[in-house]
Amino acid sequence: MSAPRKLPRWAELGLLPLVNLLAALILSGVVVKILGESPWAACKLMLAGSLGTQDGIGYTLYYATNFMFTGLAVAVAYHAGLFNIGGEGQAYIGGLGSGLVALWLGDRAPFAVVLPCAILGSASFGAAWAFIPAWLQARRGSHIVITTIMFNFIGAALMTYLLVNVLIKPGQQSPETREFGAGAFMPLASDVLAKVGITFAATPLNFAFVLALLAAVLVWVLVWRTRWGYAIRVAGQNQSAAVYAGISPPRIIVQAMLLSGALAGCLGLNELLGAQHRILIDCPGGAGFVGIAVALMGRNHPVGIFLAAVLFGALAQGGSQLSFDMPKINRDMVVVIQGLVILFCGALENMFRVPLAAMLSPFAKKQKPAA
Amino acid sequence: MCPPATDSTVTGGTAPALELRGIDKRFGTVHANRGISLSVARGSVHGLIGENGAGKSTLMNIVYGFHQPDVGEILVGGRRVHIAAPHDAIAAGIGMVHQHFMLVENFTVLENVVLGVEQGAVLARSLAHARGELEKLARDYGLDVPLDTVVSELPVGVQQRVEILKALYRRAEILILDEPTAVLTPQEADALFKMLGRLRAEGKAVILVTHKLREIMAVTDRVTVMRQGAVVGEVATRDTSPRELAEKMVGRAVLLRVEKAPAKPGEPLLAVRDLEVRDRLGVARVKGVSFDLRAGEIVGVAGVSGNGQSELLEALAGIRAPARGAITLGGHDLVAQNFGPRERRRLGLAHVPEDRLRMGVVTKFSAEDNAILGYQDRADYQRGPLLNRASIRADCEKKMTAHDVRPALPLLRISAFSGGNQQKLVLAREIDCDPQVLLIGQPTRGVDIGAIEFIHKKLVALRDAGKALLIVSVELEEILGLADRILVMNNGEIVGELARADANEEKIGLMMAGVKEAHA
Amino acid sequence: METYTLIVLTLAATIRVATPLLLAALAGMFSERSGVVDLGLEGKMLGAAFASAAVSAVTGSAWAGLGAGVAAAVVLALLIAFATITHRGDQVVAAVAINIMVAGLGPTLALAWFNIGGQTPQLDLPGQRFLALVWPWEHVAREHPFPGLLYAELLSGHNLVVYFAAALVPFSAWVLYRTRFGLRLRAVGENPLAVDTAGISVAGLRYQAVVISGMLCGVAGTYLSTAASAGFTRDMTAGKGYLALAALIFGKWKPYPTLGACLLFAFTDALAVRLQGTPLPIVGVIPVQFILALPYVLTVLLLAGFVGKAVAPAAIGVPYSKEK
Repeated sequence: MSAPRKLPRWAELGLLPLVNLLAALILSGVVVKILGESPWAACKLMLAGSLGTQDGIGYTLYYATNFMFTGLAVAVAYHAGLFNIGGEGQAYIGGLGSGLVALWLGDRAPFAVVLPCAILGSASFGAAWAFIPAWLQARRGSHIVITTIMFNFIGAALMTYLLVNVLIKPGQQSPETREFGAGAFMPLASDVLAKVGITFAATPLNFAFVLALLAAVLVWVLVWRTRWGYAIRVAGQNQSAAVYAGISPPRIIVQAMLLSGALAGCLGLNELLGAQHRILIDCPGGAGFVGIAVALMGRNHPVGIFLAAVLFGALAQGGSQLSFDMPKINRDMVVVIQGLVILFCGALENMFRVPLAAMLSPFAKKQKPAA
Repeated sequence: MCPPATDSTVTGGTAPALELRGIDKRFGTVHANRGISLSVARGSVHGLIGENGAGKSTLMNIVYGFHQPDVGEILVGGRRVHIAAPHDAIAAGIGMVHQHFMLVENFTVLENVVLGVEQGAVLARSLAHARGELEKLARDYGLDVPLDTVVSELPVGVQQRVEILKALYRRAEILILDEPTAVLTPQEADALFKMLGRLRAEGKAVILVTHKLREIMAVTDRVTVMRQGAVVGEVATRDTSPRELAEKMVGRAVLLRVEKAPAKPGEPLLAVRDLEVRDRLGVARVKGVSFDLRAGEIVGVAGVSGNGQSELLEALAGIRAPARGAITLGGHDLVAQNFGPRERRRLGLAHVPEDRLRMGVVTKFSAEDNAILGYQDRADYQRGPLLNRASIRADCEKKMTAHDVRPALPLLRISAFSGGNQQKLVLAREIDCDPQVLLIGQPTRGVDIGAIEFIHKKLVALRDAGKALLIVSVELEEILGLADRILVMNNGEIVGELARADANEEKIGLMMAGVKEAHA
Repeated sequence: METYTLIVLTLAATIRVATPLLLAALAGMFSERSGVVDLGLEGKMLGAAFASAAVSAVTGSAWAGLGAGVAAAVVLALLIAFATITHRGDQVVAAVAINIMVAGLGPTLALAWFNIGGQTPQLDLPGQRFLALVWPWEHVAREHPFPGLLYAELLSGHNLVVYFAAALVPFSAWVLYRTRFGLRLRAVGENPLAVDTAGISVAGLRYQAVVISGMLCGVAGTYLSTAASAGFTRDMTAGKGYLALAALIFGKWKPYPTLGACLLFAFTDALAVRLQGTPLPIVGVIPVQFILALPYVLTVLLLAGFVGKAVAPAAIGVPYSKEK
């Protein structure tokens, strides 16, 4: 058992994730082969379906918006040394927050008023759902991985109760609310582009995509360019050093998780205000878990997260294309690929590190041992 | 790999218990062991001495099967053995008492001893067998331990005995002890050495790994000196002297004394009154400690590690909240006003922590990010709401030049620097804001000789500039070399205070063992 | 009399719900006691549920299904072990990966092989499922409801897996506390370095523990698809793996308290089904979702130290490496 060898920075940030991704895709290809379809054809179908048409690109970026929010949520927690596995529940409850604002204001206020309120609603509800596990970790030492999982289930139960018993549109069978008022509809990309004279296919891609990009920039500035981000990173790396530096780890845990939950909560802006226009059962649809894959793949950096989110968006969109054209494959295949990507980019990330380091070492300049 | 029959002509009776031939080991770019050969006779205590990082631990870990040598062979009783894992070492009759005990804390002594050498799949029989055997061993070697007590409830000295019992129960003929006295008082250490004498008389081979010359001179028959991964000398202990060994260890004549003028203590800057610190379980670790720290003096706190010095230091630095008492600095009661590390720094209290890697630096951060740790709020590091990267970098470069930190690369990860250079950067960071009081834990732990001299000179210079320094160190020599006044701690109390002129190793040793001044 | 019957029937339902929980929780106990976090219970169970239902449907033998279920779960367990023990990958990440992958793989393979949506064919032939065993004189006992109904509903009338799970509790306790393997297992979860220096392979022990966990998850998953129901459906574990983990924590990683936690959680589930829409005295109608969320809330309260204190194995979640 040799220790993981050091890779040069470009290989660590670029080559290694690509190699891991490739391994996951090759294995996915094997699964497709087992299903009796051609991996090559499937690959081409997915590419064409996700990035080959305006339609595909629109859907890809629409999915990517969800994944950016949840991926950023995982990354912020990660930098504070926390594994927030509760993005799903935070996104769900955050959706409730934005949805309530939309139900309340959608009919009586213009979008310019609804938007800030909806952002506040989703972020505060998401943050609130992250707060309890965060506080329990900070003050009572309860393991946040377990508590956030529990809160996913508690959140799901709460939402089912609310949708079935409280928020359901009267006289309706399926547990969903009434449609939001038009003031709460996120502007669609196709409409906005049409105004400046560009025709773009009608897809759910909406203004929330821009918000997600802004969130990515915000996270970058906060984490890498402010005192607060410095404190988060110190506390995430070394709690003793944080205490020594006058940084309170419990406070950081709570603050970082509030931001993390708020980011996850913003999923509702895209999914509910942008696409569904109502609150419905299981609106995050697993995006909270995909966020883990996105953050891992993107090395917890906003740029990486953007790229990984687009990749996963393309997978989601390409996967639905695939299920249309290949009768033996359904959308679940995408979930398989997501799982494999997490496996190779996350859990097995060390597997290729050693051989890669060995392959690259002839090119690396000789390092002098530090005196 | 090597059949044990190759050297079968050598009879067991005269062959050394353990022989190493040309052991060579690299970790990446670090050449940890360079062609080491070593021979340990039966019925002898063999000392292995060297500075931190000289390669002693690597060598012993190779003997115990934790690492594989790149080149070289190991012979036990004249037979070549291949040791791929601790399992093989145990089978070859090698036992090791590690510096950090390898005990399962929530198991009883008996369970710990049996672990790994059970007889059969069901436990009851193994435990019964071990109990009988251990009672016999305890009688033979005077190693009394309560067999059914959970290990975490035993004092460290007793835990160490459990480790030795474990090795003997496994019928070890060769016993390696890695820095065994780090956790013991000098008197407890003497008891351990007596026990080692008994093992020697039984014909066992004992290897004592240490960096303390006193121990080598006291108990060993032969001594091997290592420096920078290589053996630089092997002598019979009676034919050598501490000075000669020290010079071999370091590679040149050593300055055993720090050059300094007598202290001119001024006003008390820091006053501590009746300080009590409790740990998380509510056990008092510091019990009613009071003292003053004056401008222009260095006060050393001596004691066996684990007697409350760390807790005292952390309470003074604001890392641990004391249960009661007062700490006064610049007219403020830090305890009553509930000042944390941040406020204390602002009042001119700086702190170099005992365990650099655990607390003093963030190993994955660059040097420049580490150079602002604790001072991240300083105005000149900010630009509006953001951190001012340019000024942080310039400031780090300045510190690196002033304190001879090499290489002077602010963007290099701190873990790529040697211990000495890390410590110099930490010290630079802490004295940059011109603090009046400086708390320093283990000033030179894991620091190479060159940097030690630099750091010692710097500390004396700070004293001469009128600062008050409190130094906690487990190295008695360092305390004796630097301090103007010495406080000795035992079991959370200050059991004695000595002016440097009145202090010597023996006196302090007795105090460290808890013998109060009056009876000394 | 009516209430009495209701209570007995609820308890019988409790036993049926508790069985897969208990099997998975004990699986998790072996893994976590060795220091490997077992968030993968859900995925391993789901994989086994699919494999056993698929094989049972094809071969017509529930036993063949059981074999396939165990094999599938062990393969998944080995995958986790390979990532976390051999390559020292993050245990939580590995488990999440497996859970997600299996959630997709089951329906994907089901569609490709059986072509009836993402599920396996109904298991309705005799021999394809583990059916309830009726104990002797069961019908005689029923004629004397007290105490006959207890015998008929609680002791008799369960399938083989239920009895297996019940027997597994004392057996696990014996293994954990009275055998060499148990001693080493507990040691490696507390201080792997000590185990290594004692000459025992840390990786070897952890592999064994993880494989045992896989086997038991295999039985649990098989129970879900070939005993409790008649075939595999999408997401049929529905969080039972996480619930089992909660029970394990609630049981403080000890066999008998874990049994207690499983029974408690199963009871809340059985109760929720019974109480659906029935008003209770004083409190009125309790929404079923609240009862279903109760185990999770209880576990959070436990972890928060408000009800007792759960101390996890000291070395849990930390990949072992000699080099530090």
